[in-house]
Amino acid sequence: MDTKLSIIEGSVCPVPISKHDHIVIGHGAGGAMTHSLIQNVFQKYLGNVILNQGNDAAMLQALRDVPKDQNLVVSTDAHIVSPLFFAGGDIGRLSICGTVNDVSMLGAVPKFLTATFILEEGFPISDLKRILVSMSQAAEEAGVQIIAADTKVTEKGKSDGIFISTTGIGWAEGSYKISGQSAMPGDVVILNGPVGNHGIAVAEARGNLGFHSQIQSDVAPLNGMIANLIEAVPDVHVLRDPTRGGLATTLVEIACQSKVTIQLREESIPVDRDVQSACNMLGLDPLYMANEGKLIVIVPSASAALALETLKKHPYGQKAVQIGVVEKGSSGQLLLKTPLGTTRHLDMLAGEMLPRIC
Amino acid sequence: MTASRVSPESIQQTRLVMDEIKRITTKSWNIMEICGGQTHSIMEYGIDQLLPVEINLIHGPGCPVCVTSLELIERALQIAAQPGVIFTSFGDMLRVPGSNSDLFSARAKGADVRIVYSPMDAVRLAKENLDKQVVFFAVGFETTVPAIAASLLHAEKLGLKNFFILPANVLVPPAIHAILQSPGNRVNAFLAAGHVCSIMGYWEYEPIAEKFRTPIVVTGFDPLDLALGILMTVRQLEEGRFEVENAYPRYVTREGNKAAQAIITQVFEPVDRQWRGIGMISKSGLGLREAYQKFDASTRFDIQLAQLQESSHCIAGSILRGMAKPNECPAFGTLCSPTNPLGAPMVSAEGACSAYYRYHKVR
Repeated sequence: MDTKLSIIEGSVCPVPISKHDHIVIGHGAGGAMTHSLIQNVFQKYLGNVILNQGNDAAMLQALRDVPKDQNLVVSTDAHIVSPLFFAGGDIGRLSICGTVNDVSMLGAVPKFLTATFILEEGFPISDLKRILVSMSQAAEEAGVQIIAADTKVTEKGKSDGIFISTTGIGWAEGSYKISGQSAMPGDVVILNGPVGNHGIAVAEARGNLGFHSQIQSDVAPLNGMIANLIEAVPDVHVLRDPTRGGLATTLVEIACQSKVTIQLREESIPVDRDVQSACNMLGLDPLYMANEGKLIVIVPSASAALALETLKKHPYGQKAVQIGVVEKGSSGQLLLKTPLGTTRHLDMLAGEMLPRIC
Repeated sequence: MTASRVSPESIQQTRLVMDEIKRITTKSWNIMEICGGQTHSIMEYGIDQLLPVEINLIHGPGCPVCVTSLELIERALQIAAQPGVIFTSFGDMLRVPGSNSDLFSARAKGADVRIVYSPMDAVRLAKENLDKQVVFFAVGFETTVPAIAASLLHAEKLGLKNFFILPANVLVPPAIHAILQSPGNRVNAFLAAGHVCSIMGYWEYEPIAEKFRTPIVVTGFDPLDLALGILMTVRQLEEGRFEVENAYPRYVTREGNKAAQAIITQVFEPVDRQWRGIGMISKSGLGLREAYQKFDASTRFDIQLAQLQESSHCIAGSILRGMAKPNECPAFGTLCSPTNPLGAPMVSAEGACSAYYRYHKVR
């Protein structure tokens, strides 16, 4: 945490933080107000032994415990979402799960996170606390510690409420070859549950739907489920979370990286009824809607049954299902077999998904 | 529930209808689906892959985004760029290229452009922002008109002086008329758009079918609806009949929705309108009646229209008239793609080029 004290700025902003309901510019000045915000808000919710040392950097003795044959895995992700709170989650939970999941996609066990908060002048401190509680809960669920953090405050109008950027550190067994490049012809494609819920939940929270639904975001840390999976099925070829761009875009990426064709069966791709109805009404395609708790698993066909069984035992994988197969075919091709027996070509999402007119 | 929206029973029935189409087809027929939503469904489900080779589906001009004229898009861009304006539109219109910009780029340069899902949302914005001028881009076929008319009546009731529309609505029957009259026409029959007919009924199409001796079948959007519409069309063609038939009776009656028609007539009247890629079609658009012209953004704002330039590579006009298929365009999938559209049909989900690109592109 940034704790550089400045006497001049401290005297410019003498008001104690307890009197402020909103972020003011002084909270970012690095003086007493910043210090107070760190102690009374950030450390209160995210604090742990390492973070509370209040140093400019975290020294991780724990890394000495990393066995020699393990590889360090690092990922970083910035989180902006409007609105900040939506059914099933908020920007806090998103900022933990997004990075935890990215680290996990190489088969790594995520251990530590750092977090940067960009706050807009005027942002309610009650909302900040709510977001930090959510981050703390998600970090606890994922079994990760936040070991370094920073806060900056922008003038009103120069940012939007709160932006959170997190970096995750973990380690993975050196022998793992899990990567988007590892899909092989003959492999099986498995998905852990229905797609599109996060995208619709956020659209609804924006008030964009014009109707109300019970749809909740699927935002969740997937590292627990992935750890179980890799333990049972060490020969997993690909793990990938289909976030922005949705299932179709992510599978096209994998098909390109691995230079294969992926063939899906439309009937087998799970979509919740409410999500499908919302998409039908708005002219959106659930295959291109964002997810934050979904996992694509590509395994050799001999391991498919065990992978499915393992996923289904975990709360985030109960609806796991095989959705397709990897074929030789042309590189980077994603094909969808429709229930009519016809074949549809799926491409990456072009730009932003636009609701159609009628 | 899965990504497939169609029940197994419906799939089974669709297959039976397809078999029947194969059984009765003896000659080659060109059938135009007017509506872009149908083009999208045909490509999505691969209906064209199931038809006998004699049946050639031609994709019509029924994509409101595609046919909105360059001039109207330029007007929209200029209005959106004015200070104090909130420019609202259905999302589809934002990426349509004008001669050198689009509404997304206008937004990036600071214009307040917002996607709305209904014209009523724009009225609400006007009510909440009395210091701003809120303009709604009134695009669409007959389907969007009742809601737009209702939004004007609502704005009037609220006494709002800061709500305007840029009228750009177009009508289906004059377009069918224009296609059948064009010298190179090769369309033998039409699938009329089910949702347009749910509002307007299908009585308007009877004189056209009669005059041009061309079957017109009101058709829906699911695979079974489309298969049934095509079957009824082929049956008429094979039997030498030319009637208006209804393959979508669960939503469409001959008279249509009288209340919706009444509100349209109260607010709008037919005007000549330029169709992008096609040209001027007489009485094919809707303009505001005198009593409602105070809501007309095209007269309210100062607009300077310079020389307008279409991309020289784009053959959207031939595609919209049914003279060429998207994959016959040299720019298709190379110079022109959904990420970098040269013409409007590559933008909208209802555009024929976009449907081809999304579902049929073979690398």
